[in-house]
Amino acid sequence: MPEPATRVIEPAALEALVVALRERGFRVLGPTVRDGAIVYEDLDSAAELPIGWTDSQDGGHYRLERRDDEARFGYAVGPHSWKQFLLPSRLKLWQARQNGDGGLEVEEEPLDETPLAFLGVRSCELHAIATQDRVFMGGKFVDRDYAARRDGTFLVAVNCFEPGGTCFCVSMGTGPKAERGYDLALTEILDGEHRLLAEAGSERGAEVLAELPGREAAAADLEAAGAAVEGAVHKMGRQLDATDLHGLLRGNLEHPRWDDVAERCLTCGNCTMVCPTCFCTTVEDTTDLEGGAERHRVWETCYSVDYSYIHGGSIRPSGRSRYRQWLTHKFGTWHDQFGESGCVGCGRCITWCPVGIDVTEELTAIRATDGEEARGGDH
Amino acid sequence: MAATATETQGPMAPRPFAVARRKRETADTWTLELEPAGGGEPLALAPGQFTMLYAFGSGEVPISVSGDVEGPLVHTVRAVGAVSQAVCAAKHGAVLGVRGPFGNSWPVEDALGGDALVIAGGIGLAPLRPVVYELLRRRAELGEAVVLYGSRRPEELLYAKEVERWRKRLQVDVTVDAADRSWTGKVGFVAKLVAAARFDPAVATAFICGPEIMMRTSAEALLERGVAAERIHVSLERNMQCGLGHCGHCQLGPTLICRDGPVYRWDEVAPLMGVREL
Amino acid sequence: METIETLLEGVPVFHGLPAEDLVLIAGCAQNVHFGQGTVLFREGDQADTFYLVRHGSVALETYVPARGPAIIETLEAGEVAGWSWLFPPYRWHFDARALTDLRATAFDGACLRGKCLDDPRLGYELMSRFAQVLIERLQWTRLRLLDLYGRDGD
Repeated sequence: MPEPATRVIEPAALEALVVALRERGFRVLGPTVRDGAIVYEDLDSAAELPIGWTDSQDGGHYRLERRDDEARFGYAVGPHSWKQFLLPSRLKLWQARQNGDGGLEVEEEPLDETPLAFLGVRSCELHAIATQDRVFMGGKFVDRDYAARRDGTFLVAVNCFEPGGTCFCVSMGTGPKAERGYDLALTEILDGEHRLLAEAGSERGAEVLAELPGREAAAADLEAAGAAVEGAVHKMGRQLDATDLHGLLRGNLEHPRWDDVAERCLTCGNCTMVCPTCFCTTVEDTTDLEGGAERHRVWETCYSVDYSYIHGGSIRPSGRSRYRQWLTHKFGTWHDQFGESGCVGCGRCITWCPVGIDVTEELTAIRATDGEEARGGDH
Repeated sequence: MAATATETQGPMAPRPFAVARRKRETADTWTLELEPAGGGEPLALAPGQFTMLYAFGSGEVPISVSGDVEGPLVHTVRAVGAVSQAVCAAKHGAVLGVRGPFGNSWPVEDALGGDALVIAGGIGLAPLRPVVYELLRRRAELGEAVVLYGSRRPEELLYAKEVERWRKRLQVDVTVDAADRSWTGKVGFVAKLVAAARFDPAVATAFICGPEIMMRTSAEALLERGVAAERIHVSLERNMQCGLGHCGHCQLGPTLICRDGPVYRWDEVAPLMGVREL
Repeated sequence: METIETLLEGVPVFHGLPAEDLVLIAGCAQNVHFGQGTVLFREGDQADTFYLVRHGSVALETYVPARGPAIIETLEAGEVAGWSWLFPPYRWHFDARALTDLRATAFDGACLRGKCLDDPRLGYELMSRFAQVLIERLQWTRLRLLDLYGRDGD
């Protein structure tokens, strides 16, 4: 592979980027403002990007605010993640019917091989995608649907210069700079001359880059880009000591903090919906009025009581056990199951929790009283 | 274009299997022998594995393989819910969907050269019957080969006549929780049989299946006799949906039961089973 | 042929007792043989004689109106049938019936009770041991009470 190309483009060149991707047959998905949030949707044009918008995020709080510039990527992540395109929230797997002599015919849904291009993937999100790749393609069984959607995805990464109030990618070692796994990486610079440093991370990324109007990158550009990202490192909304969280959680399954958080947690499952790595699904078998049957795969949350249903009851009837399951899986047993952490430090779970439960706060509290056991109580 | 039911289908698509034989074991339990409908390769099975059995339009349930793994696919199913009831109602010739087999297997090889114990509670004998067939096949390579089986009532004992036939070549002890005078056998909890069973703990490998509490008390009885925890194996279950390690439902702490289990070593799994609501 | 003392030494409920105690207990014991179906004792009767099963088995039963006799538990070689002889009101709580041809050692519980009054230390030893028998029986019974094999308990 040739030397990764690095060029400087103007914000207007993003339109050429969208066009170049669409001409190559990609369905372009990216951030846009809708219903008071920045979400990921189909982009017909770069004009649909959240130009001049930023977000204010905190525990249970998300608001859009106007910037005093025309930054294209001046915000952190919103309620959507890229998982909705790779792992659709509702997917038909097959339909079946019983033929004349009682036989069973199963017709699988054809795989969706539409090439996808994600425009605006943050470093934490690159890690999240890689994490889900591991779950669905790294084991004994490969999820064909995920693999088909993932195959050939064109990733345009964005290096954060404006992290959010709940971001902690630095603590999780997942950002703010995109290191690998992208075709193109953009760093927006707003130091008087509004421009973007564009770095190719693959051959096809370099090819696309070559088609965009722009100029060679000068030392000053590289410096400015570096400063923007470095600035982000120091603007993290949250911080977390991530040292051996696996061991910490394994040794604190009866910590009194679980009772504490259980009093606040509504088990609504919002955190699992917005989390870019949560992957749990459930299978729905249904029949139709014409005597046919179908199977769908739908997103499921481990917070639902049914999730662990077996033999007439739920293994985890209490909210306490369900919160514990989610947190210990995300930061602890994910290591046992997939060899890495399940959390990428994006902070969505903190922002979108209706009661503002903060995972960094919960983990810090447990660490502070490591080994403490709950006394009394009904569990 | 419809995909035909062959191995080229993805692992979420059930393969059609027809009911070749059907036998009622107890009031609510049936054993079905299934063969690939319209020909097709039989499944390669190992003792301890399970398949996802699909009743058209109703749903799927994970059921352990309960026949001889060198023979056709056999499942013993208890009708406890909508899907299992539909499966149990499948008549001769009816077609069910099968996915799998999934999971790991009982390490029967580990018992060879020593003593083997099979301890089953209730329907737990079904996933262990393939082990008994292996033990019978390799009887000459074993010292003591013991089967301890307990159920609720005499009429709920599975494979009752077959279990009696095993007495010819294996050390078999059967008990029930309660009975009337028509039962002339033992009455008491199955784990109690461990104390009086004849075997050498130093060379024993045990395979246990049944309700979790039954497995735990049986394992404790074995430990009390000096059997090493690493040589005791249990079969666990949790809510299962995909069988592929992708849906997350079957997690028990660090392990995914459909992928890393359902068979586990006691020393590895006992700490997990000791945490309530894990 | 084994003497009763040697026999008692190897039995869990008398294990660890000093030799003098074993001799004393053996003095209250004799070997017996019952044909299959013989009733050893009946619920409600005075609890004076208890048994140590040597060969065969004993069924503990009770009668349930409209259901008939129900077997609560069976006892095998090495197990003791009967502990009510040591605890007031000294009346049997169940019937005991020889399930098979039965060889057992019968103990004069009334006599032993007397010896325990004379020697409270012996009384304490026997009571601890029989309490242990009770605890084990209770634990096994509780496990059956959970009805684990029931439709939703499994």
